[in-house]
Amino acid sequence: MVQQLTSGERQNALIILLCVFVAGLAMAAAGGSDPLGMHGVIVMLFGASLGALVMRSYYDRQPDPDRLSHYYDDPIKAGVALTLAWAIFGMFMGVWTAAQLAWPDLSFDAGWSTFGRLRPTHTTGVIFGFGGNALIATSFHVVQRTSRARLAGQVSPWFVLLGFNLFCILAVTGYFMGVTQSKEYAEAEWYADLWLVVVWVTYFVLFLRTIARRKEPHIYVANWYYMAFIVVVAILHIVNNLALPISFGQAKSYTIWAGVQDSMVQWWYGHNAVAFFLTAGFLAMLYYYLPVRAQRPIFSYRLSILSFWGITFFYMWAGSHHLHYTALPHWVQNLGMTFSVMLLVPSWASAGNALLTLNGAWHRVRDDATLRFIFVAAVFYGLSTFEGSFMAIRPVNALSHYTDWTVGHVHAGALGWVAFITFGSIYTLVPSLWKRERMYSPALVEVHFWLAVAGTLIYVFSMWNSGILQGLMWRTYTQEGTLAYSFLDSLVAMYPYYIARACGGLLFLLGAIVAAYNIWMTVRAVPASAAERQSDVPDTGLAPGAAATPAE
Amino acid sequence: MAELFHRKLERTAIGFVVAIIAAASVGGIVEIAPLFTIHTTVEEAPDMRVYTPLELAGRNIYIREGCYACHSQMIRTLRDEVERYGPYSLAVESKYDRPMLWGSKRTGPDLARVGGKYSDFWHVAHLNNPRDVVPESNMPAYRFLARTALDTGDLQRHLRAQQALGVPYTDAMIANAASDAFGQAAPDSPFAAGVTERYGEKTQVSAFDGVVTQLTEMDALVAYLQVLGRLTDAAYSNTAAPEQAPDPTN
Ligand code: HEM
Ligand code: HEM
Repeated sequence: MVQQLTSGERQNALIILLCVFVAGLAMAAAGGSDPLGMHGVIVMLFGASLGALVMRSYYDRQPDPDRLSHYYDDPIKAGVALTLAWAIFGMFMGVWTAAQLAWPDLSFDAGWSTFGRLRPTHTTGVIFGFGGNALIATSFHVVQRTSRARLAGQVSPWFVLLGFNLFCILAVTGYFMGVTQSKEYAEAEWYADLWLVVVWVTYFVLFLRTIARRKEPHIYVANWYYMAFIVVVAILHIVNNLALPISFGQAKSYTIWAGVQDSMVQWWYGHNAVAFFLTAGFLAMLYYYLPVRAQRPIFSYRLSILSFWGITFFYMWAGSHHLHYTALPHWVQNLGMTFSVMLLVPSWASAGNALLTLNGAWHRVRDDATLRFIFVAAVFYGLSTFEGSFMAIRPVNALSHYTDWTVGHVHAGALGWVAFITFGSIYTLVPSLWKRERMYSPALVEVHFWLAVAGTLIYVFSMWNSGILQGLMWRTYTQEGTLAYSFLDSLVAMYPYYIARACGGLLFLLGAIVAAYNIWMTVRAVPASAAERQSDVPDTGLAPGAAATPAE
Repeated sequence: MAELFHRKLERTAIGFVVAIIAAASVGGIVEIAPLFTIHTTVEEAPDMRVYTPLELAGRNIYIREGCYACHSQMIRTLRDEVERYGPYSLAVESKYDRPMLWGSKRTGPDLARVGGKYSDFWHVAHLNNPRDVVPESNMPAYRFLARTALDTGDLQRHLRAQQALGVPYTDAMIANAASDAFGQAAPDSPFAAGVTERYGEKTQVSAFDGVVTQLTEMDALVAYLQVLGRLTDAAYSNTAAPEQAPDPTN
């Protein structure tokens, strides 16, 4: 990996890592015994170990001068590995927290392992660790292939990938220590947030500069979504995380938003983290890996335009559906509801576009488990957006809010859509990235598929059941006009479903482990394919149209 | 026509990014900006007080432990919620909350009005091991809170940061932050009087965890739980709900 850098670039990398190390040292010194000090040590270790890695190869041979006429794939490979590592970590934490809800003593009488601290390690681990690494890795792959140009930087892709992972590490280790802003999906504290801004701006610049090098006049649909993902997440992140630290030596900060305004900012952020992190970026994957795998062009260009702008415009209004019947003014709730329902149109336009693309390739869906992952993802995308629009209607939300129904909806989206499209994309990506003829074991892909389907269905059905039951029990009256059930009655009724959910989650986790093994063996044991190597090069002006791009 | 326009837009990366920013900004601006300018968004409540240093420390422990992941603090305007938990929550009640802790999931019950509902003793027993008092509960045990001394050294900094953000802490409150924290959990100490003087007669001063010699995280968390829903009486006068305010002397 370092071998691909020239000595000048190696030097730059070392300088950056030195800066990281010094920043860590400063944090450790200023923080002392505060968790900020502990995080300083982690930052130092991070900088030092990567620095050692660069040093080890510092005097190695210079890279092939020809390298610039190839795609830059090393950071993508590392990104795929990190995606899988975070998937296993994040889903393991999911299974553990799920089990804690059924068997509360699984926190073993320690502070760091109670449900409240572990839950954000799960959400951050899967959304940012698993999802984020998958997005960065695939975006690097897709933007190069669809632009037929090499990434516009040698060190910056590494900076983006590893810098983002440093953010994830700081976030997750922080929760174990109790460092959290408590803002859902934005729990990391101010210094980690600042760091993420630096990383994200670099990402944005790198992505735009690569697009600027494209050999195609048009920017491909997938890249629209990646751009929306990068730009809007930056806006959301900065506004939601504005905060005043109590001192520069302490992790704790107070957000500048208070009370009802804070609630709206948080859910404007929270819902659009769903929209632009868990949806837009993954739709980008759909728009690239689906046509590639199905070997068919996207069904309709117009539908692509309609759904893209619909999603970009409507989603930002929808956050207030998380606040129905609360102290948030009525008019904002109604706006949120209205736009959430309208959102169904662009959402189903995307899902429909995907399914109609498969029309004519159903035999491939039947035979190819990878394509089936993508197919199921599109189905669950349609399903969970329908469910979401439905739950955003006030009277429906009166029942579903605060219950496990929300959790069921989340995981219909997160497992059925996000994880399925990710695994489908990775299975498509891995052989072509490592120039292998095929995956190590198609049978294991099949096993993973069925584990994932079973896990998702068990998870989602148990949460639908428990959520609706819970919601109904809370509002049931006796004939005398008093509440029929205590809160505790509803909790007792949840236990069977909590156990079922933990089992479903375990199946899903096993699937992810199977995937990691299969991918590892593909890289280790499958013979290289010469054909891939020759055709998969950027357009340097010498061989026009050599690379395969998906049609619009 | 529209398609032709889009074909052009697709050819410029910067143009495309600008279009994304424009399309994505509208919703947030329309929904968030007026919340600051329309003054009926947050009701008037002259009796609303700020958190004492001990309660604020307790609130930060509530955040640190992630209690908000299972408990909401927002009673919706629905009949069953009002009957179960008390008058629905008003915006003014979380006016000083940075961040707000309305929550999104009720694995456990809502806590917006739990203040005064149970005794301090019950809370301590419950936090030590929920299953001692509620056998069916799935809440984790927080025994370590009673063993951990509360760090009062930086309370001044907490209050000062809040003051900088507009929470009406007076300079006297900031100067006495640490002694007020101690005094609120030690009713017979000379520091107790200052607490009610600065934060009002209704402020609950008691030996929350039952031990006055040491100020623990348990003291702080229970002090916070006991003030939930009791910073102002606005919810009892401004809403149609028939409930009476709970008796502050439990
Ligand atoms: C092995 C599979 C998984 C299991 C067992 C699992 C389990 C859980 C559990 C127990 C919770 C807490 C629910 C509660 O508070 O009642 C949760 C929340 C959550 N999980 Fe998962 N999870 C899994 C996979 C995933 C994946 C792959 C994603 C995302 C890509 C995800 C995203 C989330 C989110 C966003 C929440 C917060 C939900 C909310 O606030 O309503 N999970 N999960
Ligand atoms: C048209 C699209 C969608 C709409 C209108 C929508 C609507 C909703 C609604 C109404 C809630 C419940 C809010 C509450 O009562 O607290 C919700 C929660 C949630 N949805 Fe969706 N949803 C959509 C698609 C998705 C997708 C595709 C995902 C993918 C992963 C997703 C992830 C989530 C998450 C993570 C939450 C939980 C937030 C929390 O309470 O922490 N949604 N959504």
